[in-house]
Amino acid sequence: MYRSLTLDPEKCTGCLQCEMACSWEYEGHFNPAHSRIKIFAFHQEGRFVPYTCTQCADAWCKNACPVEAIQINAETGAKEVVENLCVGCKVCTIACPFGTVNYDHARGKVMKCDLCGGDPACARACPTGAITFVDGDWPGYEKMRQWAERTDNLASAQ
Amino acid sequence: MKHVIVGAGPAGVLAAETIRSLDKHADIVLVGGEPEPAYSRMAIPYLLAGQIAEEGTWLRHAPDHFDRLGIARRAARVTALRPTDRSVTLDGGTEISYDRLLIASGSVPVDPPVPGLDLPGVHHCWTLADARGIMELARPGARVVLMGAGFIGCIIMEALVARKVRLTVVEAEDRMVPRMMDQTAGGLIKRWCVEQGIEVRTSTRISSVQKSGEGLHLECEPGPSLQADLVVVATGVRPATDFLADSGIGLGKGILVDAHQRSTIEGVFAAGDVCEGVDWDGGHGIHAIQPVAVETGRVAAHNMVGREVAYGGAMDMNVLDTLGLIASSYGRWQGVPDGDTAALLDESAYRYVKLQFQGDRLIGAITLGLTDHIGALRGLIESRRSLGEWKSRLLADPARFMEAWLATLGK
Repeated sequence: MYRSLTLDPEKCTGCLQCEMACSWEYEGHFNPAHSRIKIFAFHQEGRFVPYTCTQCADAWCKNACPVEAIQINAETGAKEVVENLCVGCKVCTIACPFGTVNYDHARGKVMKCDLCGGDPACARACPTGAITFVDGDWPGYEKMRQWAERTDNLASAQ
Repeated sequence: MKHVIVGAGPAGVLAAETIRSLDKHADIVLVGGEPEPAYSRMAIPYLLAGQIAEEGTWLRHAPDHFDRLGIARRAARVTALRPTDRSVTLDGGTEISYDRLLIASGSVPVDPPVPGLDLPGVHHCWTLADARGIMELARPGARVVLMGAGFIGCIIMEALVARKVRLTVVEAEDRMVPRMMDQTAGGLIKRWCVEQGIEVRTSTRISSVQKSGEGLHLECEPGPSLQADLVVVATGVRPATDFLADSGIGLGKGILVDAHQRSTIEGVFAAGDVCEGVDWDGGHGIHAIQPVAVETGRVAAHNMVGREVAYGGAMDMNVLDTLGLIASSYGRWQGVPDGDTAALLDESAYRYVKLQFQGDRLIGAITLGLTDHIGALRGLIESRRSLGEWKSRLLADPARFMEAWLATLGK
């Protein structure tokens, strides 16, 4: 069983340390705009929701890629962007119905969470346990995955 | 069970791989009409721009990919389908029999009725061979006329600019990308191109192409006429069904298929650009786009091996990069009668978000100048979620679609 990032809005305080850690991990600087994980603020309800790729089993991004530039890391199960193959066509950014693949203008490539090779910096940085990296059958995580299966006839057929 | 797949593009390749994943013992033959490794047309703009070599357009990179999967490849054009014999005829006359046939023959470019489009120096931008022809002529300083400012025309503009040609864009309709963008977004894309020094002539038809000295002379309505060293014709595509004319298969604009990608002939399936199948919202149509190609290819493969799977339906979705200005559109972006529309426009910043609603559901969207989380628009539309209180919030600020998505996802 692969481990998964689990995201618990109930515990998130909106401190954005995960975004800082992600940006540092990938880019070597602190810029939330370059983070693969995002905190969405719902000010009316006083709620913060951390959100990133669920590494869904039937990866829409991977299937949609026309040049095999999204591949599965056999050790972590993460769907990773292979930068030297990505041509920057952005089809994955519209094909992923979770909105978790983004285009990086500066590089001309897409970017998404790759679980930092198996030790996600966001989970390490989170001070409240809102982001944890655990075995993959945690219920909140399942909820998102179930959504993926409901909208994807293929997944339920396998 | 012998599966024959006609077409080695994304739909055909995904189908072949999926059949193999579901049936270790099936015979699989993948017939490609071009003498090339299986490649992606979507990567051609990046080849033209010099960002990648031809290998960068290949759908699969391991040299033994198809051998390792036991997928036999044939490079030949299919000239006929003979359902009574359960066979297809190849251009050399060879017959290949099948138990299950997938037609994933894609699209072919459509030429407008303009004399002279067969002259040397006039190219489509569809195949690798076309790309080689364009690269030969699109040299620095060359006069290039792009006929058609649709998706392909716009997406190769950056490559042509990178090749330092003198570019003129001629579009018959009143705006750029008319089949994917509304007046506002199409107008902004045009302004963007003009600001980058490109001559864009909308509502203009090229009425003839003639040889003129070393180059080509193009009569335009309205004038003035144009001189060109290279004319790139990008005026749309249509399903590649010519070889099926005598087969008896049910044809609309494409091969008619049900939600299982089954054609009207038993044992014959169709996927990708060539099929006319079910839409996400109950209609039916043709969607010549990459996500639909791979999704219908996979659905067809499941049904070909006897696993009943119905497709949830195709939806239009496109993302277009015109000289760095990125636009996307989804679903019923034109809106529907009795629907509601929300739009946010900052013309000077080239930013635009437009959402279309029916009742309290999102049914279509256009974005310009923003790229973060746009996939959530697909999620919101295809999942047909009731937006509840978020509808009024989106009407007030359509840029909050990601929050709306998260809010409805949590319910």
